[in-house]
Amino acid sequence: MVQSAVRVFDSSAPWKLSGQVSLRDEAFGALAYHHGTRRLVFLKSRELVALVRNLEEFESADEAIDAVVVPAQHQRYVEALSSLFSSEILSGR
Amino acid sequence: MGADFSLRNRFERGLAAPICLTWELTYACNLACTHCLSSSGRRDPMELSTKEAKDLIDEIAAMQIFYINIGGGEPMIRRDFFELIEHAVRQKVGVKFSTNGTRIDEEAAERLAAIDYLDIQISIDGADAATSDRIRGAGSYDQARRAMDNLKAANFGQFKISVVMTRESIEQLDEFEALAASYGAELRLTRLRPSGRGVDVWESLHPTREQNRRLYQWLLDRPNVLTGDSFFHLSALGDPLEGLNLCGAGRVVCLIDPVGEVYACPFVIHDEFKAGNVRDAGFADVWTTSNLFQSLREPGNPGACGSCGSYDACRGGCMAAKFFTGLELTDPDPECVFGHGEAALEKKRLTIRPTPSPDHSKRVPVAITSR
Repeated sequence: MVQSAVRVFDSSAPWKLSGQVSLRDEAFGALAYHHGTRRLVFLKSRELVALVRNLEEFESADEAIDAVVVPAQHQRYVEALSSLFSSEILSGR
Repeated sequence: MGADFSLRNRFERGLAAPICLTWELTYACNLACTHCLSSSGRRDPMELSTKEAKDLIDEIAAMQIFYINIGGGEPMIRRDFFELIEHAVRQKVGVKFSTNGTRIDEEAAERLAAIDYLDIQISIDGADAATSDRIRGAGSYDQARRAMDNLKAANFGQFKISVVMTRESIEQLDEFEALAASYGAELRLTRLRPSGRGVDVWESLHPTREQNRRLYQWLLDRPNVLTGDSFFHLSALGDPLEGLNLCGAGRVVCLIDPVGEVYACPFVIHDEFKAGNVRDAGFADVWTTSNLFQSLREPGNPGACGSCGSYDACRGGCMAAKFFTGLELTDPDPECVFGHGEAALEKKRLTIRPTPSPDHSKRVPVAITSR
């Protein structure tokens, strides 16, 4: 059996919020609902919500992150986006 | 998803709109299950009209409630059933509906299969007709199985088989798993609550402590079995079960009944937990301004459970289970895994338990005797 390629989140690539996902703002951040997988995902900070909403404006996820948070937090946000990517909340463009 | 306490704390303070909104479309039902949460049977003449129901769906869409759980009664009995669910999915409000399956003939199955963005839960209460029919009535198991066959034949895709865990059905867990697998269906297990007519059967049918312990292990081993967060009271046994593990009443969950009354959760159809009516100023107004919901979003009083090391895991259990067994909301859950609930119940043996309001059960025909 051929093993399928492991899909890894590449923060140097351009990303956007998937067209299948709706975001609902909440005091803690937002709820993201994927209409295809019918799964609910929680975005646990307002910075993360702003980042996800603005991803499309930047040439890469790295640039988008730097526009929202200080460098010390960069890696944390790469990880957060990577987790959203595995839930199919983000899509490439 | 494991337990995330920081997120759970936020949820306990309430959300902008519910995550899990249940809407009982009608109190009319062609079955008379002994444990019916909503004491259904007779249609309420004040039921929301098609227009009112559609307006409510529009409001739900505007609030970005991503899906609704539709139940009853038997929702498919409403003549505008398809019109309403099609209206919802057209606006990307997903529909999950619970049915006894009696109305899913070949034609209905084809029609359901053609609708995107729809989940169906078919209820049975045993893995064989004898066990299930004892609760749901003669012939109901075979009708539910026919509905499953019809959905399979219509290529509906994955549906759900929903079972309430009673002292009897809990002994058939492996059989339910096999049945679901044979249809490529998902299995959903929920807790028996002493709500609606369930108050009359709860004492004899609720699982024993030993059975609950077995169920907990069984569920831990099968994170893919759905529970609607029903069994969070069992999380006190160790690792948390899948789900948010909190009582979401009025915080992330609520119920709209067929006449538009809004209750804190599907298991507390009682005046004490009524927050308002969608007919007054709409659903959003009830959700955001009701005094009841505001008070539920305040930090709860752990009461008798405050000194227990497991309070963080079970949060004192289910409000409805306490209320309808006559316990105080600060008492332990009647099915507390450590037996504290049984002790509390024992002390309240002589108190009068609240009865569900309203009751739409079919009236038992009274024999007319000659004078």
